[in-house]
Amino acid sequence: MALLEVKDLRKNFDSLQVLKGVSFEMDQGETVSIIGPSGGGKTTLLRCLNFLEIPSAGSIRVKGETLFDSADRRGLSEREIRQNRLHFGLVFQNFNLFPQYTALGNVSLAPRLQAKERPDFKARRKEIFDQIEEHSIELLRRVGLGDKLNYYPHQLSGGQQQRVAIARALALTPDVLFFDEPTSALDPELTGEVLNVIRQLAREKMTMVVVTHEMSFAEAVSDQVLFIDGGVIAEQGPPARVLRAPLEERTRQFLRGYEK
Amino acid sequence: MFQTVLLSLTEGFGKTLEIFALTLLGALPLGLIIAFGSMNRFKIISWPVKLIIWVIRGTPLMLQLIIIYYGPGLILGNNWWGSGASGRFTAAMIAFIFNYACYFSEIYRGGIEGVPKGQREAGQVLGMTNTQIFFRVTLLQVVKRIIPPIGNEVITLVKDTSLARIISVYEIIWNGQAFIKSQGLIWPLFFTGLYYLLFSGALTLLLGWVEKKLDYFKV
Repeated sequence: MALLEVKDLRKNFDSLQVLKGVSFEMDQGETVSIIGPSGGGKTTLLRCLNFLEIPSAGSIRVKGETLFDSADRRGLSEREIRQNRLHFGLVFQNFNLFPQYTALGNVSLAPRLQAKERPDFKARRKEIFDQIEEHSIELLRRVGLGDKLNYYPHQLSGGQQQRVAIARALALTPDVLFFDEPTSALDPELTGEVLNVIRQLAREKMTMVVVTHEMSFAEAVSDQVLFIDGGVIAEQGPPARVLRAPLEERTRQFLRGYEK
Repeated sequence: MFQTVLLSLTEGFGKTLEIFALTLLGALPLGLIIAFGSMNRFKIISWPVKLIIWVIRGTPLMLQLIIIYYGPGLILGNNWWGSGASGRFTAAMIAFIFNYACYFSEIYRGGIEGVPKGQREAGQVLGMTNTQIFFRVTLLQVVKRIIPPIGNEVITLVKDTSLARIISVYEIIWNGQAFIKSQGLIWPLFFTGLYYLLFSGALTLLLGWVEKKLDYFKV
């Protein structure tokens, strides 16, 4: 059974159709790269999967559990949307770290708030918070920032900020981690450190979806590549084929723009 | 003589402080309510609120004091405020609180709208509730943004309190001026400036301290 199943996902903004029926599946431990021109619907797809936008139609299933199905007319409650979001993590293009918290504070904030909903929270408060702190420090070490725990975002470089953001997204142990052009806001010399962290996560079999313009990175790291254009998946398949020998003319045209 | 003047001015300054403190106490929270009103997505709410803000900010506080105090008696033929000092003071407080709440509301609105959308979304994807996002993520960033403009208004308020004398609230300027008529002395009026200076100086230090406290992060 696929870990994530997306069926016929559609999204309209008033009369504008941004997603016109996107379907794909991915297995546990897979890395999927999404490429395609701006305005093609890549970001909207990610936002729908994270419930920052509610899809107009279609369904989303994770581990066989239906998170969203437009056939179900009941609609989602505020609480259900929050529960759904916990299946996914999202790393933004602009990091969106919380400026008033340290690196460690950014990573541990959401887990600490989540912990308050545990039935044993009152009795084991200190123990739980200690565990969260330990786990958060461990995550920051994994992204190579073990020595920057108490730095505030403005004291970190863009690449370091983005790595904190990755650690923050991992802190709630999502089933799937999404990246929305994670290196697009970075100076070229800083993209490497972020891509390396994502590569390392891929090796550790984290299930990931990466929207990216870094074609060589997409080829090296992903199991599948989706080419999204005009609100649909125009082409999909193994990276070597989609990126080296695309079947569709519009994929070829898009990739030509990246040839040096 | 000096002692008499000092006593009278200090007493008047007590009233000045009272106007100052009560205005902040009322206008700071009321401003937040007005801000939410002006940001409401239903136009039937936001438009009237914006109209009120426009009228209040677009006319002099002195005029508002006069209208609020004399209006009921002259227009409605019924002076709600009575003839005593406490009635005048209440009328003055309503004018001050309303006026400053409108200014504060615009500062709040700017502060809230100035927090990037991504901050809220980052909280959302981490499964935070709207309340958690407001208190744990947005609020402190808003506070940091609005401290300087709020500080400006607060310093302005120190001096605006003197407008209350137009409806005979016995604040420090009123008391200082009284010595011209009763004793032929002008210096007590000039001397009131020292009170304002010392008080606004202390507030400036306090605001600077708060700003420094929030210096540890950047927005």
